[in-house]
Amino acid sequence: MISQIIDICYLIAVVLFIVGIKLMSHPDSARKGNSIALIGMLVAIAATFLTPGLNNILLILVAMAIGTGGGLYYAKSVKMTAMPQLVSFFNGMGGAAAALIGLVEYGDLPVNEIGKGAVLMASLIIGSISFSGSLIAMGKLEGVIKDIRINKILAFVLLAIALVMAFYVLTSGEPQPILVYGIVLVSLVYGLAFVYPIGGADMPVVISLLNALTGVTAATTGLLYNNKVMLMGGILVGSAGLLLTLLMAKAMNRSVANILFTSFGGASAGASGADTGDQVAKEINLYDSSILLSYAKRVVVVPGYGLAVAQAQHAVHDLEKALEEKGVEVLYGIHPVAGRMPGHMNVLLAESDVSYEKLIEMDDINEKFPSTDVVMVIGANDVVNPAANDDPSSPIYGMPILEVNRATNVIVIKRGMASGYAGIENALFFDAKTRMLFGDAKKVLTGLVTEVKNM
Amino acid sequence: MEQIIQYISVNQQEFYVFILAVFVGIEVISKVPTVLHTPLMSGSNALSGVVIVGSILVLGKTSPENYLALGLGFLAVLLATLNVVGGFAVTNRMLEMFKKKPAKK
Repeated sequence: MISQIIDICYLIAVVLFIVGIKLMSHPDSARKGNSIALIGMLVAIAATFLTPGLNNILLILVAMAIGTGGGLYYAKSVKMTAMPQLVSFFNGMGGAAAALIGLVEYGDLPVNEIGKGAVLMASLIIGSISFSGSLIAMGKLEGVIKDIRINKILAFVLLAIALVMAFYVLTSGEPQPILVYGIVLVSLVYGLAFVYPIGGADMPVVISLLNALTGVTAATTGLLYNNKVMLMGGILVGSAGLLLTLLMAKAMNRSVANILFTSFGGASAGASGADTGDQVAKEINLYDSSILLSYAKRVVVVPGYGLAVAQAQHAVHDLEKALEEKGVEVLYGIHPVAGRMPGHMNVLLAESDVSYEKLIEMDDINEKFPSTDVVMVIGANDVVNPAANDDPSSPIYGMPILEVNRATNVIVIKRGMASGYAGIENALFFDAKTRMLFGDAKKVLTGLVTEVKNM
Repeated sequence: MEQIIQYISVNQQEFYVFILAVFVGIEVISKVPTVLHTPLMSGSNALSGVVIVGSILVLGKTSPENYLALGLGFLAVLLATLNVVGGFAVTNRMLEMFKKKPAKK
């Protein structure tokens, strides 16, 4: 009887997961969706406690209490700018848990069960890759870890070694506990080698992929226990995560393979930098900018990571309100990969109560630029770099961009002339229409609000 | 090879679920606006914490004398909980910002 109850609870949990994700894909119902998925998770966990013959319950509760405390603490205390890193971190924890389960389970696995063994090996390898990869992705976003070039072939050799070891363990007919730890070790190193050489600008795609991988390990763990809630939940994440990865890569007009297996920036950056080297960017001061803005019909704000770093999301909203009082239409042009994660800018702007109807996606805003008087680029660089359209030698050539140079005026708010995350020069800054407004985004925007109000 | 084929046929129900779930996952998020990419990624990340069920099972069946397995299992439960709780909390924090302000209507 008890096991039927558990089964039914798992069934309910799976339905709640699906409904939750479904609701999460619309802004109005997203919060409800998250709560429903959470309820599903609680049902699944509660049902698991009903499992007959469960030992070490105290130990389980202690571990869960520590995990809950830590999770809540990190989730509440992190700044909005560091959100992507945190998601990557949590993702790595899930992968690690799956790999650990695999390690323990190997001890109980009869050597002749090759099918189950293969599933277990998949859990071990993918879980380890997801763990170390996520931590590297986190370090890269945090800026702690710089790009290092690692030979891609070397990385593949590592993966091949892990697979060969797994094959040997399965077919040797004897328990190989030491080799199993070896597989974990090699997989961990592969995870490092896999994420290290990928450019920071591509990190969103990588995190999404790692997220999908963690889902897959949850599913393989589910196979191991013939547990449908893990199987279903894991695969949901795996396939949704994979689709999300493809959507993001598409937004950058690059294939996933291209992102994963070729390094970003580097040599050609110098080449394209040379022909803009002797040009001078034209500066503008606060007062002139505020005049330009106040008398515009339509202003489009293009936010980038710089906005997040300067924590200027409230200041930009204040400017929006000040301009709207003067009858200026203010819109936001959101590039799919602006910031460090897709939707990063949306989340950030939503924090300061910018209504999401004003956040316009790339294709729609590009149509509006010719009838826009002023575009204000705040801390964005690569996503507005015209080299993506007209310089085949540029590493970002082919990436769709926000075509801000089709607007009448462009104001670029930047701290200095340094190049963007991809490390490439931006010809936009030298365009005849462009004026540079140097300074910290928050200070500049606050200054603009005052000037506009005094107008 | 034989054994793997046998494994699949014995567990074919699981494999059907596997395949169908792939399509459900794709179907469910196929129309998501860019605005929600980050929260959705975070939310699905929280869901991958479902591996906590496996962590509980593995620690729950470990004999109290097997210290290595106890340690690994304990860590697995802890990390999976971190994934679940942190994941949902972060997602909720992101989504709180999409709350509609009644005043704006």
